[in-house]
Amino acid sequence: MTTELRASRKHLTPHVAVSHLTMAYDDFVVQKDLSFEINRGEVFIIMGGSGCGKSTLLRHLIGLKEPISGEVYFDGMDLWHSKPRERNHMLLRMGILYQSGALWSSMTLRENISLPLSEHTTLTPGDIEDMVALKLALVGLAGFEDFYPSEISGGMQKRAALARAMALDPEILFFDEPSAGLDPISARRLDELILHLKESLGTTVVIVTHDLDSILEIGSDSVFLDTDAKTIIARGNPKDILANTEQANVREFLTRGKVQERTSLNSFSSNPSRGKQDTSI
Amino acid sequence: MPNTPVLQVSRKAPDIYVWGLKGNWIIGSSLPTVEDAFDRMQASNKLDRIEFDCTGLKGWDSQFLSFLIKLIKQCDYRGITMDTEGLPSGVKGMLDLAKAIPERQDIGTRNEPQRGLFNAIGRYSLDIYVDFLNLATFLGDTTLAFLKFCMGRARFRQEDLWRLIQDSGPSALPIISLISLLVGMILAFVGAVQLKLFGAQIFIADLVGLGMAREMGAMMTAILMAGRTGAAYAAELGSMTVNDEIDALRTSGFSPMEFLVIPRIVALVVTIPLLCLYSDILGMIGGALVAQGLFDISFSEFYIQLQNRIRPIDFEVGIVKCTVFGALVAIAGCMRGLQSKRSASAVGLATTSAVVTGIIFIVVSDAVMTLLVTSLNLFKR
Repeated sequence: MTTELRASRKHLTPHVAVSHLTMAYDDFVVQKDLSFEINRGEVFIIMGGSGCGKSTLLRHLIGLKEPISGEVYFDGMDLWHSKPRERNHMLLRMGILYQSGALWSSMTLRENISLPLSEHTTLTPGDIEDMVALKLALVGLAGFEDFYPSEISGGMQKRAALARAMALDPEILFFDEPSAGLDPISARRLDELILHLKESLGTTVVIVTHDLDSILEIGSDSVFLDTDAKTIIARGNPKDILANTEQANVREFLTRGKVQERTSLNSFSSNPSRGKQDTSI
Repeated sequence: MPNTPVLQVSRKAPDIYVWGLKGNWIIGSSLPTVEDAFDRMQASNKLDRIEFDCTGLKGWDSQFLSFLIKLIKQCDYRGITMDTEGLPSGVKGMLDLAKAIPERQDIGTRNEPQRGLFNAIGRYSLDIYVDFLNLATFLGDTTLAFLKFCMGRARFRQEDLWRLIQDSGPSALPIISLISLLVGMILAFVGAVQLKLFGAQIFIADLVGLGMAREMGAMMTAILMAGRTGAAYAAELGSMTVNDEIDALRTSGFSPMEFLVIPRIVALVVTIPLLCLYSDILGMIGGALVAQGLFDISFSEFYIQLQNRIRPIDFEVGIVKCTVFGALVAIAGCMRGLQSKRSASAVGLATTSAVVTGIIFIVVSDAVMTLLVTSLNLFKR
């Protein structure tokens, strides 16, 4: 789908809509009655403390875990009540970067990226080869085609996994803790890469994270999940939440627990230039 | 010695005790227990407050802290005030930290497992029931995927299949050679000692030949493959689960059943009949070696006796059995691997369980097939 077409559909439906979703492991309810929408072209952050069910929510959005009750709509279609074939088609329009990278360890980077391409497109082997080279170049790993995942560093694995997630030009990219296990500079570079992708391809980005820098710098919309309330307790642009929230635990999270005056918070959030500068590469 | 921990309990007022702590209260030194300390104060039944005097305290570590935490619990329980004023400031800080976040009460319904024989039997039966359901589901999924494979629509990588065939076939030859040769020799030796009693040593050939072809070749090959290949399958798929690789396959539109399980089953089903035949022959060679070396039966005598006695049906039954074992071993390995939970120890458990399940499958199916072969009179001359 071209960028213009995506843009023209922007007003139609939200890209992802979650309605009254309840998630549980056996009889332990993780989060209940979640409802929110993710609009096209947003950088949507799912945040919350450790163990609040962020990653579980992600697993529900990408078709890995069936909800106890409630629906997930992808582009207006019900993800969990569709036929397996239709669901598979929806999944192919999503790109997912797992926390561990989850590159297939028995395959080289070339094979990792070309596998979805050769399976789900009609490209010739030569074209696939070119695509692999392009995707690896986009994430700064040109020339690493023949390396196995175990032969490259953790940061490189993450980027290679991103290249794989982008292989089929997904409309929406999901990231599970993209900065986990990365040094601050690599984490920042990955954030920049995410923003760049979003801006040049119009991709919707959904990020599960508790990394404050990423949340405040690249997030344009968000939900805040709470462990105790077991539901969403804040919603909106993370900077606005930081500026306006009355809830102590949300403020504490977004300020890393530092006790600050409201005024200083306002001045911080009304000065988004820090984020802007960083994102222009 | 000045460094051993010493506790001096002294009475300051009728209802106030002072605990004088001296020496090194560290891991490895023998600390007095809280109960001991309370026993020493038994004299007074009016006790309301404990204070500390730490002037003689040389060193402390978490052992001391855990002593204090036990003491705090005891004091709470008995309604005694504990005055921490006299403790070193570092200790006070650590105690505050430990008390800062109260134990969470709402972590979920993690029921304390109930003890007792009947509970254990009940839980075990439920586990078996769930395991059985999982097995049924897995077999169903495998059948569906296999039908797809037969129609040429299963999606997996050819390279994977070749690698798996290489791993489960040729690479297993050395161990199969060794074990089969030895099993053949043992069969021959054990049988020959008895047969010699009535001068029938020549029947060693019958014993070894029929034993290997019908039963032992298939059995030994299958058990070796359960320990070698079945375990490898479980470990590989288990680590892929831990590393989210299985999820990544699913979300990339590949069915793990088609992509991972089918090539593994096919690889083992293709290679194991050949391995079984190889094992049969090696076993017979082992028998011939013993017969020649210890019982004066020449190779040609042995060979002619084999030729007279053994028919293709004997090999066929063994090989068919072994193929069934191969499929079951592969299924057990893949099932345990895919069922693995997400931790390193879970992968170990999955591997163990794959071998155990594989061997159980082999023995049970062998019993069924032997019964079948007998009632069909396949070996009738």
